[in-house]
Amino acid sequence: MPKRPPQEINASSMADIAFLLLVFFLVTTTMDSDWGLQRVLPPPITEEDPNPPKIKDRNIFVVLANANDQLLVEGELMDITQLREAAKEFIENAKDDPNLPEKVDTQIPFFGNYRVSKQVISLQNDNGTSYDLYINVQNELAAAYNDLREELAMKKFGASYSSLIEKKENDKVKAIRSIYPSRISEAEPKNVGGDN
Amino acid sequence: MSKFKKDGTKPTPAVSTASLPDIVFMLLFFFMVTTVMREVDLKIKLTQPEASEIQKLENKSLVNYIYIGEPMEKNKFGTEPRIQLDDNFASVKDVGPYIEMRRTQVDEVLIPKLTTSMKIDKDTKMGIVTDVKQELRKVQSLKISYSTREKAGSRRSAAE
Repeated sequence: MPKRPPQEINASSMADIAFLLLVFFLVTTTMDSDWGLQRVLPPPITEEDPNPPKIKDRNIFVVLANANDQLLVEGELMDITQLREAAKEFIENAKDDPNLPEKVDTQIPFFGNYRVSKQVISLQNDNGTSYDLYINVQNELAAAYNDLREELAMKKFGASYSSLIEKKENDKVKAIRSIYPSRISEAEPKNVGGDN
Repeated sequence: MSKFKKDGTKPTPAVSTASLPDIVFMLLFFFMVTTVMREVDLKIKLTQPEASEIQKLENKSLVNYIYIGEPMEKNKFGTEPRIQLDDNFASVKDVGPYIEMRRTQVDEVLIPKLTTSMKIDKDTKMGIVTDVKQELRKVQSLKISYSTREKAGSRRSAAE
């Protein structure tokens, strides 16, 4: 009997199988990475906690949001679009206004003796405030800090703050952050501990 | 006479599809590597708010997700915003035990790195969000991320 040549395996269905798998992974895949505003909550208050430290009125920037999504900033009704500028003016206090935050001389690498403002932003919202507005306020306040850091980085290092982060120049980033530390404090909700 | 005589009778050769499986396999491996299976079936309506000053959430295995929003099946569950943990609806009191349960699943040294990603619908009121935040504080799970969509021209920065 003559020997048969070895038969070739038909590979034409390979593509079909691969396509099937491909479609499966295409459908189940979620490419979106999770982006968001990262915050650290304050630790819970305990009974024996001493009273919170007193902060002078001039050092606090009060932002209140009510159930109708209106903003009261430092006692004045304000639109969300103006919040960033107002917060920047407060944090920086460029003209040493006695109504805006005090400044303390602090030793900071690269900058030497720098007058850092003792600013704190206090944010209080109502239970009826919409989450959308809350995020917008958080975002605008973060933007105010980032804008100021950006300006300072440009002035001092001639490079943008975000490029410093990208280049991992951590010392410079740290120095800028210690001049404009992000201090957003959220008021304790009034019904804390109560069952509602 | 003409050297370049057109041969009209010759049929065009078929395009070889021999490399097609290779191409498809390449795509397949790409998607296999990048894929993350959807963590949960969403039972709530979720349209996240937009923000521009956002940071990327790294290390997805160390992230707990809390979903809050109106239930999709309105006639069954009503329109009041609800909390969803994993695949089930939950109440505010379940948040603490849920975080504790998740803590037992990771290595002890990694517990402080656990982050809670709050995926909250933009039409939700702050009341329920504040309650959840208080609950997280009680169990000392303090790192959170308000998950948002990206606004045009946003400034991605590193976490502080």
